Amino acid sequence: MSAITFPFATLPRTGNIPLTPVPPIADADRKPLTKKEISADHPTWCPGCGDFSVLALYFKLIERRKMWHEKITTVAGIGCSSRFPYFVQGHGAHFIHGRALPFASGVSLSRPDLHVFVFGGDGDAFSIGGNHFTHTARKNIKLTYVVMDNQVYGLTKNQTSPTSPLGYKSKTDVWGSGDRPINPIKQAIAAGATFVARTSAMTPNHVLATMEAAMDHDGFSFIQCLSECVEFHPGAFDAAIPRKGGVFNEVPKEHDVTDEYAAYKLADVPWPGQFGIFYKTTRPTKNGNEAKIIADHRAKVGDAADWQILQKNFDRMK
Amino acid sequence: MSAVAETPASSGGQPKVTKINEAVIRLAGNSQDGIQAIGGFLARLAGRSEQEVMTFMTIPSTISGGPSIFQVRIGSGEVLTAGDEADMLLAFYQHSYEGHINSLKLGGIVLYDSDHVTPKPEWQENYRHVGVPISSLTVEAIGGTGRDKGKNIYVLGLLAKIYDLEVAKLKKLITERFGGKDASVLNNANACFDAGYNHSLENLLKSYQFYAAQNKVGTQVVMNGNEAIAYGLLAAGVRFGAGYPITPWSDIMELLRKELPKYGGTFVQCEDEIASVSMAIGASWGGRVAVTGSSGPGISLKTEAIGWASMAEMPLVVIDVQRGGPSTGMPTNIEQSDLNIATFGGHGDSPRVVIAPSSVEDCFYTAIEAVNIARKFSTPVILLTDQGIATRIEAFPEPKLQEICQDLTPDLSPVPDHKPYDLAAPGGVTRHLAPGTRVASGKYPVVTGLEHDELGHPTGSPKLHVNMTAKRRNKLRTLANEIPLPTTYGPNEGHVLLVGWGSTQGPLREAVDKARSLGEPISALHLKYINPLPNGLEKIFRGFHRIFVVELNDEGLYGYGQLGAVLRARYADPRIQGITKVDGLTWKVKEILDRVRAQAQPPTA
Ligand SMILES: Cc1ncc(C[n+]2csc(CCOP(=O)(O)OP(=O)(O)O)c2C)c(N)n1
Ligand code: SF4
Ligand SMILES: [Mg+2]
Repeated sequence: MSAITFPFATLPRTGNIPLTPVPPIADADRKPLTKKEISADHPTWCPGCGDFSVLALYFKLIERRKMWHEKITTVAGIGCSSRFPYFVQGHGAHFIHGRALPFASGVSLSRPDLHVFVFGGDGDAFSIGGNHFTHTARKNIKLTYVVMDNQVYGLTKNQTSPTSPLGYKSKTDVWGSGDRPINPIKQAIAAGATFVARTSAMTPNHVLATMEAAMDHDGFSFIQCLSECVEFHPGAFDAAIPRKGGVFNEVPKEHDVTDEYAAYKLADVPWPGQFGIFYKTTRPTKNGNEAKIIADHRAKVGDAADWQILQKNFDRMK
Repeated sequence: MSAVAETPASSGGQPKVTKINEAVIRLAGNSQDGIQAIGGFLARLAGRSEQEVMTFMTIPSTISGGPSIFQVRIGSGEVLTAGDEADMLLAFYQHSYEGHINSLKLGGIVLYDSDHVTPKPEWQENYRHVGVPISSLTVEAIGGTGRDKGKNIYVLGLLAKIYDLEVAKLKKLITERFGGKDASVLNNANACFDAGYNHSLENLLKSYQFYAAQNKVGTQVVMNGNEAIAYGLLAAGVRFGAGYPITPWSDIMELLRKELPKYGGTFVQCEDEIASVSMAIGASWGGRVAVTGSSGPGISLKTEAIGWASMAEMPLVVIDVQRGGPSTGMPTNIEQSDLNIATFGGHGDSPRVVIAPSSVEDCFYTAIEAVNIARKFSTPVILLTDQGIATRIEAFPEPKLQEICQDLTPDLSPVPDHKPYDLAAPGGVTRHLAPGTRVASGKYPVVTGLEHDELGHPTGSPKLHVNMTAKRRNKLRTLANEIPLPTTYGPNEGHVLLVGWGSTQGPLREAVDKARSLGEPISALHLKYINPLPNGLEKIFRGFHRIFVVELNDEGLYGYGQLGAVLRARYADPRIQGITKVDGLTWKVKEILDRVRAQAQPPTA
């Protein structure tokens, strides 16, 4: 006795959607999206927050790459930066704190036709989500992860984050933080990420170029993007902003991005460090490995229907 | 062993043959002796002979082995449980003999390995003792290699002789099992079997023969509950899963990992249970309902994400193979103590569906149902099974796979407009739109754990929170309206109604049969839908004076088990009482009836 009868493969769509089918349109007949069409809610960030610039550059990327609305797939965890999906007109998911990467991995592995972008904060990425960061990197799951690093917990209003510098005074370290900050670049390389880059929201062209390279990378692409929290950690990145007297040192041209040790060393250059692609290599992706396992198995089952494959197992249990 | 007729054997000097309806055989040894394999052979043989069969086993949670048992009950009629008491105990060691003699019926047979067991004189009177030097005869059979590996197959040969089992079918099973390997493996297995079968059992005097199966059920398949769930998920069209190892859930994920690629699917072993539930939810968002699962400790870790799925209205199937809790608890024992976490284990008001299969066969169909409820109502569905049902083997009529199997390829055809959380949707039921779907209006949905408006954008509006909370609750009420009212086992009126859920259906039904045969007006009601409950249970309750909710969990602070407390809260009916226990073992029929008899008596002044 079941509440739901089966087979039950097709379900009508719900909601008050008129049932008139929408005719398909050929890509050639579509006009590229305008910035207005890509933007959704007005961001809730504080005026001057570095995250605005990251959002604007994501829009630019979508325009430049002529991505269609339905292909825009934006995932985030929880934090100021993680509010990202609401501001983008496309399919979005605002998941729970720290777990955006496994969520996005589920999308990436089950929907090879989509490129998933994940946005989030330093706490989301390296504290509560630290273990997921390690494992998504080692599995080399094809997606792009942009961590908007403000070296503080913004949304919860100024507690120490895993990237807060030593001596940083927050509500939870009123005398200054004594915990050694994480170096996201080293963390990513050690975990096995295959694309590791560093940029800063204050240098728009650099952000855009880095995001574009990340998107084209076949594997887990990670970008640490310094993004200032003007509310709680103002001036944190002045040392990297030339117009504020800082220096924006790009990764030297002669750096070999496939040299893991050189990349690791480069990541140790003292603050404000260097910007650009530190490490980039090709290694089989989880997506690719699974696709191969599937192809091998599919070749063996031939053109058997799903029920026939299952029937074979059942025949063995008689 | 309900002996019905004793026929003199045809040829002189042969032992008499006793016709029997059923037999309960308990095999006791160590986990490395392969007793599960003997049990499995017997169960599959019964399945192929259209007999009913049920098994029960305990396995040590330590990896290095240790005492282990396998009990199999084979019957020509309906078999509801693995049996309270065994007709035969097969003891490999002294500890197996001493530890399990109590599970034997008075007058039952102890067949022991005389190489390892010294029988106790004081037990000789109550039980028929038959010693066979199983270990040394096994070594002899395979040519004196000095290893007794294969004594399980030797024992299978002994049992085949005693119970007049179909040798040809057993040999076929042995070939299927060992045939693929090195030829010597199959030869040794056959040698062991033949040696056991030909061993003279003159001192046993009797042999037994099952009546032909009563209800011809047609072709049967034989599997355990975990396998049935995994195959049910495959039949349902699930093509993505994620999990983290934990007993007794691991079997399901291992099977899915192996099978899914044949169907174009994937199973991912994640870094922990939080990642696995998150990954499954991500895949569900991708457009095809995905599965994750665990046992107690892992379910605790998944609760935040399950709450998100409730809030964001995302289809998801979570398998909880319950074991003894809390914490690491009793990993290889049965318990039904996760009903609360499944139903209420989320912060905030986060309604979700909870269903519990009652048999191995039901595991298969319930897995499909879980998938379909998740899809139809865009909600997390928790399937509560347990260690007992996970490991027990049953035979059931072969499902019609061609009719049952579903194709859940997501529909990505464009839509004019879409509101993921449309408040005007009938019954509160809305459906998720997978990424990749073009929305002609240009307004795209966001799925979210923040309270939201109809498009999924965050809101702090009290009115929207009220309305969205109602939507999430009402869609489960809509489901409740579709759930059929269960019927009682036994008449729908009487003195006592036993209410159960999940894997205890068998013992409850057998208890009813037993009680009714003694003239006691007891019936049973089994609930498969735990949350939401079906509507109209009060009508059934009205037919009885006493209602006992029988569960494998603690009586709690206020004297009711977990389902008992829910039913008390819903019906405020003081006749609802609990019968609970947490000894890590399945219910014995006698145990249930003793408790009912004790509690159903009005206290004497
Ligand atoms: C399980 C859980 N714990 C804590 C929180 C509260 N919380 C929300 S965001 C956040 C930290 C945000 O910091 P970060 O990830 O750096 O993002 P930012 O706001 O700085 O962009 C915390 C602790 C939560 N939402 N969920
Ligand atoms: S609190 Fe900081 S991080 Fe958050 S929006 Fe304001 S400036 Fe940005
Ligand atoms: Mg931060």
